[in-house]
Amino acid sequence: MGELITFFSDNQEKVMEQVLEHIGLTFISLLLAAVIAIPAGIFITRRPRLSGGVLAFTGILQTIPSIALLGFLIPILGIGLKPAIFALFLYALLPILRNTYTGISEVDAAVKEAALGIGLSKGQLLRQVELPLALPVIFAGLRTATVINVGVATLAAYIGAGGLGEFIFGGIALNNATMILAGALPAALLAIIFDQLLALLQNTNARKLSKAGKPLLLIIPLLSSAYFWPQAYAPGWSAGFPPEFMGRPDGYQKVVDTYGVDFTTTILNNALMYKAVYESEVDVISGYATDGRVEAFRLRQLEDDRHAFPPYYCALIMQKKLAEENKNLTEALGLLEGRIDDSVMTVLNYRVDFDKISPEQVARDFLKAEGLWRADQKQGGETLIIGSKIFTEQYILVELFSQLINGYTDYDVDTRPGLGGTKICFDALRNGEIDLYPEYTGTGLQVLLNPPQDTLEHIITQPDAVYRYVSREFEAQYGLKWLAPLGFNNTYALMMREAQAESMNIKSISDLIRQQ
Amino acid sequence: MIKTQGLTRRFGDFTAVREVSFELQEGQTLALIGPSGCGKTTTLKMLNRLITPSAGKVWVNGQDISQQPVVQLRRQMGYVIQDMGLFPHYTVAENIAVVPRLLGWEVRKIKARTGALLEQLGLDTGAFAQKYPNELSGGQQQRVGIARALAANPPIVLMDEPFGALDPLTRQQIRRDFMELEELRSKTTIMVTHDIEEAFEMGSLVCLLNRGEVQQLAPPETLLQSPANEFVADFVAEKAAQLELRSAKLRDIFSELPEAPPLPGNALPLSPTLPLLRAIYRLAKARGEHPLGSTTYQGQQRYFTLSLLIEAFKNNLQSWAN
Repeated sequence: MGELITFFSDNQEKVMEQVLEHIGLTFISLLLAAVIAIPAGIFITRRPRLSGGVLAFTGILQTIPSIALLGFLIPILGIGLKPAIFALFLYALLPILRNTYTGISEVDAAVKEAALGIGLSKGQLLRQVELPLALPVIFAGLRTATVINVGVATLAAYIGAGGLGEFIFGGIALNNATMILAGALPAALLAIIFDQLLALLQNTNARKLSKAGKPLLLIIPLLSSAYFWPQAYAPGWSAGFPPEFMGRPDGYQKVVDTYGVDFTTTILNNALMYKAVYESEVDVISGYATDGRVEAFRLRQLEDDRHAFPPYYCALIMQKKLAEENKNLTEALGLLEGRIDDSVMTVLNYRVDFDKISPEQVARDFLKAEGLWRADQKQGGETLIIGSKIFTEQYILVELFSQLINGYTDYDVDTRPGLGGTKICFDALRNGEIDLYPEYTGTGLQVLLNPPQDTLEHIITQPDAVYRYVSREFEAQYGLKWLAPLGFNNTYALMMREAQAESMNIKSISDLIRQQ
Repeated sequence: MIKTQGLTRRFGDFTAVREVSFELQEGQTLALIGPSGCGKTTTLKMLNRLITPSAGKVWVNGQDISQQPVVQLRRQMGYVIQDMGLFPHYTVAENIAVVPRLLGWEVRKIKARTGALLEQLGLDTGAFAQKYPNELSGGQQQRVGIARALAANPPIVLMDEPFGALDPLTRQQIRRDFMELEELRSKTTIMVTHDIEEAFEMGSLVCLLNRGEVQQLAPPETLLQSPANEFVADFVAEKAAQLELRSAKLRDIFSELPEAPPLPGNALPLSPTLPLLRAIYRLAKARGEHPLGSTTYQGQQRYFTLSLLIEAFKNNLQSWAN
């Protein structure tokens, strides 16, 4: 609890921003859904033959898992606000549509007959009788839709639309419960508050409700616009960073501390950020140096001229005991030592991300080309579990190592690719849920060890020194062994569009700051 | 005032109403009656175009209603239904004011009219005007329903089983109060009922329907005295006694009445065609002011007291029993 309060006070602005974005997302989509669904609901009461089909269709929309729906929308609507709003809009349709239909259908037939009989026109019947009487039911629908939307809007952060999901995704990536709570708790509170406010409206009688209708017509657009308030004050470059980068000590905070720069950040997941910068949704991202998409999307890596980021040489880590007792395992795993340099890794990544070849195939092709591939020994020995973080390069590495183990040892291999962020993999390794996973020296140094400032400054520019330091400290502190590095340095790098960087003459992060 | 010719309605292969024709003068009341499914409600709803006729026409004051805007047409016809259909979100006063408001009456005029109607229908304005329909008893709701139908002073009133949902006692009371409404005398009323006593008590003309066809259209006593066919005879036979009594009018006992006032006082003038039962009721109600009543038939005036009327009524009953 104390931690949470500290977190909130440290991140006041960010919390405020996310809450506003969250409210905005919820109500823009609610407004759109109401504008479409209420008239549609009225329409299908006039065309009862259509009602079954329309209700069934919106019902089906409702059953699409929200993450999948967001995924479907990315190729069509890109990332950011548009697909998020659209997805939320689709989810809000059903409750509003169904309740409008039900509310109006349930108006007493005698009341309708009498109304027409004494000379109300159809429009007057709708406005003066049907809508006022259906209003409590319609409100119940709006209320359901609001609560659904507050919940689903947490997923908007997954596609760069902001909101309280940013903390939740960041917290999951970093295995940081306080951070997850910092997103989840306000989201739950928003849901409760809006639910109660709407309940209050719903229970006042129809007459007062129709009067309250007019101010409501103002309040909903106002709440909808909340999404844009934080952006109105946005300073500096617009940047898209993955949740882990935002939360790591060697991530965003380090860039800010080292360069004194200020970005307007959007949380984007790894898979989407390259495309986002390519399509000018943001101007700067924190890419990985060896990612295949750097070249494909014509991005420029900015030189880290003040050494904010340590070197990130990749190597497997595993329990020391396992490494020492199985020389033949470490030998097999050691076959790749120094064989994969930056350009090789970039090509491998490119083949998976762009040529859409499976990581398993890419790994086999590589091992065959290197003359290292051997058929499966299948000797039914113990099973080793290889884990990985959740991005392409790690999926390939998992395949490389599992094929080597299968070919050279009598171990069986079980793979757990895409476990999550660094903390999750590391904790899984320490708890024995996995036996090995590929890690990066810089990450080991700053995320897992966090050495004193003077040591850090001393070694940060020397790759070998960093490797020696993490090897020694991991053994001493955790009983974990770093195998030899594979050769490539997958450092964090700030990246921007080549064309923009060229036209503004930006080569390094310092140049970026000057252009701010 | 209102006239139909060849009014027919088919639903698919089923003919609900076949060739119904009638003509009503101002102030007359037509009771549409018959067994359920006989087409009486369908006939009524064709008069205000809630149902469109398959064939045939309706004229109001000589104008073909199918040529009039439907909303205007309905606003000059009051409409009362069995289930009242009061707007649950409107107060009593607002319910009554619906049509005047749609017609753009001034607020003051609407308020005066609403108050007057409530008063006439025996509802205290102060106590009821601001209540919502769900706070009223069934009888009170139906009174409000009637007030709403009459609010804009329509020359024609259509009623679909207006007292059908009420218990017998309330029903009797509201029916009496309704018939005593001063302004109703100048209105042309068409009502649907399945209660033959009600039809005989209220209708100046009764239209008996069966399977969509008119069996007989005539003043109530004619149905009793000379039924057009076996169906009519059977239909009235069961309650012939009650019907006879209800259809007995002042003029039927005219010869038994004294030519000079039997006691001093201000005589209440009543129409010779007024049913005996209603004459008794009216005189009983007016007893404080009018100790006796009078009626004029074929140029002669006769007088009667309440006890005389009751005596005559008993004799009538006796003669019927013989």
